[in-house]
Amino acid sequence: MSAALPPDGGSRTLAPLERRLLEVVERREHGAYVVLAAEDPDGPAPQPGQFCMVAAAERWGAGADERPFLPRAFSVLRADGKRIELLLEDVGPGTRRLCELRPGDGLRLLGPLGRGFSAPPGDRRAILCGGGVGMAPLAMLQDELLAGGRDAVVLLGFRDAEHAAGAKLFARARVATDDGSAGRRGLVTELLAEELARDPVAIVYGCGPPAMLETVRALCERLEIPAQLALEAGMACGFGACYGCVVPLREGGNARVCVDGPVFDAERLASCLAPGEAA
Amino acid sequence: MSEAVRFCGLELDHRVINASGTFDAIAAQRVFGDEIVLRFPFAAFVSKTITLEPRAGNPPPRLYEAPAGMINSIGLPNRGLLGYLEHDLPQLAALPVPLVTNVMGSTADEVARLVEAIDARAEVAAIELNVSCPNVETGLDLGADPRLLGRLVDEVRPLTGKPLIVKLTPNTADVAAVAQAAEAAGADAVSLINTLRAFAAHPDGSGRAWLGAGTGGLSGPAVRAVALAQIAAVSARVEIPVVGMGGIASGRHARQAIDAGATLVAVGTESFRDPLAGERVRLGLDALEHPRAAR
Ligand SMILES: Cc1cc2nc3c(=O)[nH]c(=O)nc-3n(C[C@H](O)[C@H](O)[C@H](O)COP(=O)(O)OP(=O)(O)OC[C@H]3O[C@@H](n4cnc5c(N)ncnc54)[C@H](O)[C@@H]3O)c2cc1C
Ligand SMILES: Cc1cc2nc3c(=O)[nH]c(=O)nc-3n(C[C@H](O)[C@H](O)[C@H](O)COP(=O)(O)O)c2cc1C
Ligand code: FES
Repeated sequence: MSAALPPDGGSRTLAPLERRLLEVVERREHGAYVVLAAEDPDGPAPQPGQFCMVAAAERWGAGADERPFLPRAFSVLRADGKRIELLLEDVGPGTRRLCELRPGDGLRLLGPLGRGFSAPPGDRRAILCGGGVGMAPLAMLQDELLAGGRDAVVLLGFRDAEHAAGAKLFARARVATDDGSAGRRGLVTELLAEELARDPVAIVYGCGPPAMLETVRALCERLEIPAQLALEAGMACGFGACYGCVVPLREGGNARVCVDGPVFDAERLASCLAPGEAA
Repeated sequence: MSEAVRFCGLELDHRVINASGTFDAIAAQRVFGDEIVLRFPFAAFVSKTITLEPRAGNPPPRLYEAPAGMINSIGLPNRGLLGYLEHDLPQLAALPVPLVTNVMGSTADEVARLVEAIDARAEVAAIELNVSCPNVETGLDLGADPRLLGRLVDEVRPLTGKPLIVKLTPNTADVAAVAQAAEAAGADAVSLINTLRAFAAHPDGSGRAWLGAGTGGLSGPAVRAVALAQIAAVSARVEIPVVGMGGIASGRHARQAIDAGATLVAVGTESFRDPLAGERVRLGLDALEHPRAAR
């Protein structure tokens, strides 16, 4: 099991200071995505929404463009005290190298890191809204909510049917695709708007590309519905050392996504878009 | 076992410290808990650069992954002098190692005020002066010109009895001449190298800059060979101790910097890949110095 969902402002699961050398024990493909499972007997139980910094134990470096060099950030898809699962989408040299790994290969992993999701306040219904590989941190959140006897509606958006195959990682989920090749044709934020119109006594948990998160943020702000959003940012370290991963806060100043997030209360964020990025 | 070293009158447990701005001991405690204090990887803790006024730092993106390294345009975000003294220093004082505070100002007056304020704090063992700051008149880094740098160190030297380390910029024609000027003006040590000025083109191929600030600084294994040459050039020309850094990621690299003339070595970018990199470098260095004991 993962660690229980903490109350708002509750403590996080601490990371061991040592990078763990883990053995890959399983590799599965779900359409466009790869799930890697590794044995992690010494890993503490992560909270849903926490992440890890990961590198291949061998041949990490000198790939395309002579990268990767730094480790890469991945949400914990699932962890049960004995093994940890990561969900990968090949988008560049780091994810490509990790997607190549096979059972018996080694991983270097630091974590769990960051601040994860917190429990739904009162009896608000949890609506989990994911875009693409952003579904990763929501799987363990759904498991945890269902195990705690709470409802957890999962809405997922994908490019096409090949990506929508990832929805099988969830106990149940409703799907939208850009091209209509699986589920409803359209955007996951349209499913979310309908869900919120039906019953606004809800809390939204979101993770996905910046444009999707920004739509979720603006929608929840307009409807005065609380939301917790898991952000991404380019990271060098994952533990607060480099100050590379900042997002601007509404209250002014910046927060580091790796230690102050990756999960933020939506009301603290001015925008989920990078400066100059269009929605 | 590592041997203690004396450095500017300080007694350090071993030769490996952190490079300024590459390890945040306070954030590390939030992430790793007390384990980071019990197993602190460095023989001294160097703060990130502190400026007189708070700084937000540069707009994102701030990081670019380069071949064997990275280019950063973090922009020295910090709480400013007062925030550092009131908020950070009491927490840092709980670390089991001596503290070095790194400061930067854009004028001699600013630097003087920083040095005076830090000098008054018993928790701080030494001051490191970051001189990679553009001079308002010339646009050159304060630390790029031996004359300008000598004058600056001359002015602030009398303001503190604590060891004063000048962190040299590598972005200059003759780094050894700058080091000599620092020594002549009374610096107790010099540290080098800081990051090399660098440009990262946007991966979309448009030719525009990737980094929010336009340009940044290159660090990591990519700069190691440059660092070794500069450490050797400086060590040959000054008597004061040298803190060597730039791409150090193993005991062997640390040994190379020491062979080039460094008394201490600092680990920077490698700590991003591994929070225990400092410990790994120290153990590797020990194994090279005492091959039998390490077996
Ligand atoms: C908290 C968190 C959780 C995450 N969880 C997951 C997850 O569960 N699953 C998953 O698949 N991904 C996840 N990601 C994203 C994942 O970390 C990135 O996809 C990965 O780092 C990409 O590395 P790469 O080498 O494959 O691609 P890169 O080539 O690094 O490309 C990724 C993006 O980085 C930029 N980029 C391109 N070149 C450079 C360069 N030289 N330097 C800097 N930036 C560059 C571009 O914008 C590019 O689109 C997460 C990220 C964060 C921060
Ligand atoms: C992300 C980052 C932030 C840095 N911040 C500072 C700083 O605040 N002050 C400073 O004097 N040097 C700073 N540096 C420079 C390092 O202290 C060091 O001189 C340089 O990175 C070379 O060492 P390395 O290759 O081991 O990283 C920074 C370097 C990096 C990569
Ligand atoms: S990734 Fe280094 S501070 Fe967040």
